[in-house]
Amino acid sequence: MKRRAFLRLSTLTVAAGALPADAQEVRDIAPLIQAITHGATPEEGGIEIGLPPIAENGHSVPLTLKVASPMTQADHVRAIHVIAERNPRPAVATFHLGPWSGRAEVATRMRLAGTQKVTVVAVLSGDRFRIARKEVVVESGACLDEGSL
Amino acid sequence: MQRGCVFALCISSAALAADPPHAGRARNGSEFQSADVRALQSDDFANPMALWVERGEASWSRAYNGRSCAGCHGDARKSMKGVAARYPRYDAGAGEVIDLSRRINGCVVGGLGARKLEAESDELLGLEAYIALQSRGMPVNVAIDGPAHATWEAGRELYFTRIGQLNLACTNCHDASWGKTLLAETISQGQPTGWPAYRLEWQRPGSLQRRLRACFNGVRAAMPAYGSHDLVALELYLAWRARGLPMEAPAVRR
Amino acid sequence: MLLGRIQVPPSVKRAAVFEVRVIVQHPMETGFRRDYEGRIIPLHIVQHLACTYGGREVFRVELGSGIAANPYFVFPVVASESGEMVVEWSDDRGESGSISAMVNVA
Repeated sequence: MKRRAFLRLSTLTVAAGALPADAQEVRDIAPLIQAITHGATPEEGGIEIGLPPIAENGHSVPLTLKVASPMTQADHVRAIHVIAERNPRPAVATFHLGPWSGRAEVATRMRLAGTQKVTVVAVLSGDRFRIARKEVVVESGACLDEGSL
Repeated sequence: MQRGCVFALCISSAALAADPPHAGRARNGSEFQSADVRALQSDDFANPMALWVERGEASWSRAYNGRSCAGCHGDARKSMKGVAARYPRYDAGAGEVIDLSRRINGCVVGGLGARKLEAESDELLGLEAYIALQSRGMPVNVAIDGPAHATWEAGRELYFTRIGQLNLACTNCHDASWGKTLLAETISQGQPTGWPAYRLEWQRPGSLQRRLRACFNGVRAAMPAYGSHDLVALELYLAWRARGLPMEAPAVRR
Repeated sequence: MLLGRIQVPPSVKRAAVFEVRVIVQHPMETGFRRDYEGRIIPLHIVQHLACTYGGREVFRVELGSGIAANPYFVFPVVASESGEMVVEWSDDRGESGSISAMVNVA
């Protein structure tokens, strides 16, 4: 789907005030998923989400994604969407791959605004969709020093 | 050790044993970080500090008014080897103890005729990270005799003085309570060997002075200004306290 | 200057899958943080990053403030011909950056 429409749907932000992580509510991400799959129900599983069960710091959490796929012209992953239901902007990133990728894998570092479930939706060739979720406990620092610069 | 530390907590100025209480069990800051943070630090590509090291490396050879760091100091991998491990140190030109970033600015202004680099700027942190990297793995080795001694004593006194609304001295956490948990964090020994470091809390790199200011903030004390005598004195005492520990800058910290 | 780094293996076998690593210096400011005087620090994010190999796009990511500061990506590519790998990115203020590396295919 078009990127602009996807991002517009994902602007479930609250007013631009200070947002302490523990006050984040769980957003309804069903519309985001619907927009990706054009209303189709994605198949469960087939995606390995690598996230630490406990993230010491929500500012930078290592994420690895692996979708089971032969990555041939006939059968490959086209895109992987990452959604964080408690982040002020739940749409985190969309990765675009193809048969030229060889494997449907990607790694990055993401932000998590508190303990929550991360949802990953994969878009496959032939209008197929997969979905998986992982819960991450996010801790907070003891000595926060915002404004110490 | 417990009784000795309780006694130390009762007095506010330093009249204590010369050796730090953790002697024999000195641990670098990375030992108190999570596995993810340690993995990030030891990966020379993924460690975000590599961006600033590269910046510093580029600055090293860049000409200002026809002069460059390389023009006097040649290949930093040779000339800067072990240098960061000896800072802070007494500088005759400055007439006082200075840290590495002040030494860099001394060269930038005096040697290159360029404008002083701002504290915590990408440019200054880049140079500091690049130079500190050349001491990685080498033991901290600062001099506290002669003209440096008064500054070391001032740093030691401050280290053992309770400050702020929380009425805590550095020693209360970093000597008496290292290894214990505070919320979800493990309290470190407060060793300075990883700085400048990328702090996840800041989402960018910072100097040891920025981290110390954050500690003052943490106990709800007024933060000393960048470059102030209090901060340099503390830096010198901490470096002496860390003597023999291998440098691990530029590090990653939560 | 928007700084970035790219890492590819020194050489790869034809048809093998190799890993590309990229890191870009960018604060990825969320627009929710406040400065020391309590003022909101404005949103400032990389929105788009793409990689071409021998002139053909092999990876693209749309990102936002949910990606950590100094965005870091690792992605796989099938080795075809020796050629230049170019990564370009742009942010929400119209600033962009670009880095490249040679892929040597044996």
